[in-house]
Amino acid sequence: MSSKSYYDPEDLKNFGKITEWNENLGNKFFDWYGDVFQPGALTAREKSLIALAVSHAVQCPYCIDAYTVDTMEKGCNEEEMMEAVHVASAIRGGATLVHGTQMMKKAKKLSM
Amino acid sequence: MIKSLKARAHEFSATEKQLQQLNSGPFEAGSLDSFQQHLQRTNQYPLKPSKLEIFQVNVGYMCNQVCKHCHVDAGPDRKEIMTQETMQQCINVIAANNIHTLDLTGGAPEMNPNFRWFVENAVAAGIKEVIVRSNLTIIRANPKYYDLPEFFAKHNVRVVSSLPYYKRGKTDRQRGDGVFDKSIEALQMLNTVGYAKPESGLTLDLVYNPSGAFLPGDQAQLEMEFKSTLLEDFDIRFNSLFAITNLPISRFLDYLIASDNYEDYMEKLVSSFNPAAVDGVMCKNTISIDWKGYMYDCDFNQMLELKTAGKGSQHISEFDLEGLEKRNIIVNNHCFGCTAGAGSSCQGTVS
Repeated sequence: MSSKSYYDPEDLKNFGKITEWNENLGNKFFDWYGDVFQPGALTAREKSLIALAVSHAVQCPYCIDAYTVDTMEKGCNEEEMMEAVHVASAIRGGATLVHGTQMMKKAKKLSM
Repeated sequence: MIKSLKARAHEFSATEKQLQQLNSGPFEAGSLDSFQQHLQRTNQYPLKPSKLEIFQVNVGYMCNQVCKHCHVDAGPDRKEIMTQETMQQCINVIAANNIHTLDLTGGAPEMNPNFRWFVENAVAAGIKEVIVRSNLTIIRANPKYYDLPEFFAKHNVRVVSSLPYYKRGKTDRQRGDGVFDKSIEALQMLNTVGYAKPESGLTLDLVYNPSGAFLPGDQAQLEMEFKSTLLEDFDIRFNSLFAITNLPISRFLDYLIASDNYEDYMEKLVSSFNPAAVDGVMCKNTISIDWKGYMYDCDFNQMLELKTAGKGSQHISEFDLEGLEKRNIIVNNHCFGCTAGAGSSCQGTVS
């Protein structure tokens, strides 16, 4: 049971066991999760690419593994996958940079 | 061009080594239950055949390509070729037993020197449907094959073609440099003689299989993407797309182990076991014949040298329909490939 690493790929396989400690909430999560990824106004393929991008934004190694496989299964190619990651990166980068406006405003207020 | 496992004297050219591999690791340790145990749990063991409808004849392992995932271990260095005499025996059996489909595979079946004779005589014997599983590039490999589209059309042969992806990169990585461009040319030639045109009655289907250690996604969704991209980029039309799972045998098994994907892939196949897919697997209505005339439950069992269990009916010369229909289908852990998710067969998903 001892592990020298915070992340172990084997843990992902046990995700379903989350319900063991709270069946009610766990089951609600998995039911909802399953419904979220059903084809709707967006195709299952589009949802998978969004999930891949978000996995990078939240920097979750489990999710990155899972949605790399999932996008490949859904027929996405490398160009599409990398573009999705750049979208996530652009939003993350932009989210940092846009705060620069607050800095500018504050600095201008403080300056003579 | 890489060589076949057989030409390299690779350990997996011995089928018992493959079977040993398929029963070791997580299966031996007990962390994964075997295919037989799965069938027993769902009361589907022993697996029994239904009505025999398809004769899938492998006319030889010779091929102009050496695909990395090939379960046949086919290639230019393979010389196993079915004789005209065995082909005649197949035609006699099909005609005498009202089997409606002759499904020709290989290797590249067109490379067998008696391929055209086989098709012409099968059609003349009244067989309802003749399928050729073509790798497409053979049509552009040599001028002597350039008229294959006309030949197929003349005899109303249903063409089932491999095209792992609608873009060059993924296709060539799996099947070899230049394969994509030649495949596109061949598909355009097939369209030109009428294939996939609604009024022609000529059917052209494509086979998609994942180019790596992952499972195929939804067949209908993939078909839609293939159709729109091939039409837009190359003005190519086809009828249906069959999404087929790569089975962990032969060169694909070797790839899984070499790339350290074997255990994860087997776990994925096992965890995706779908009892409903078992009813639609191809071994229920198909018999596979090898170049020497021996019979198997499917092309994969043929490559693992697992002959049909029907005693006294293991060779085409002693064909006994009643005996074959009573047999138990031979299963092993590679069978998880046909029952994962929506299932997989030579006609695509099964459920």
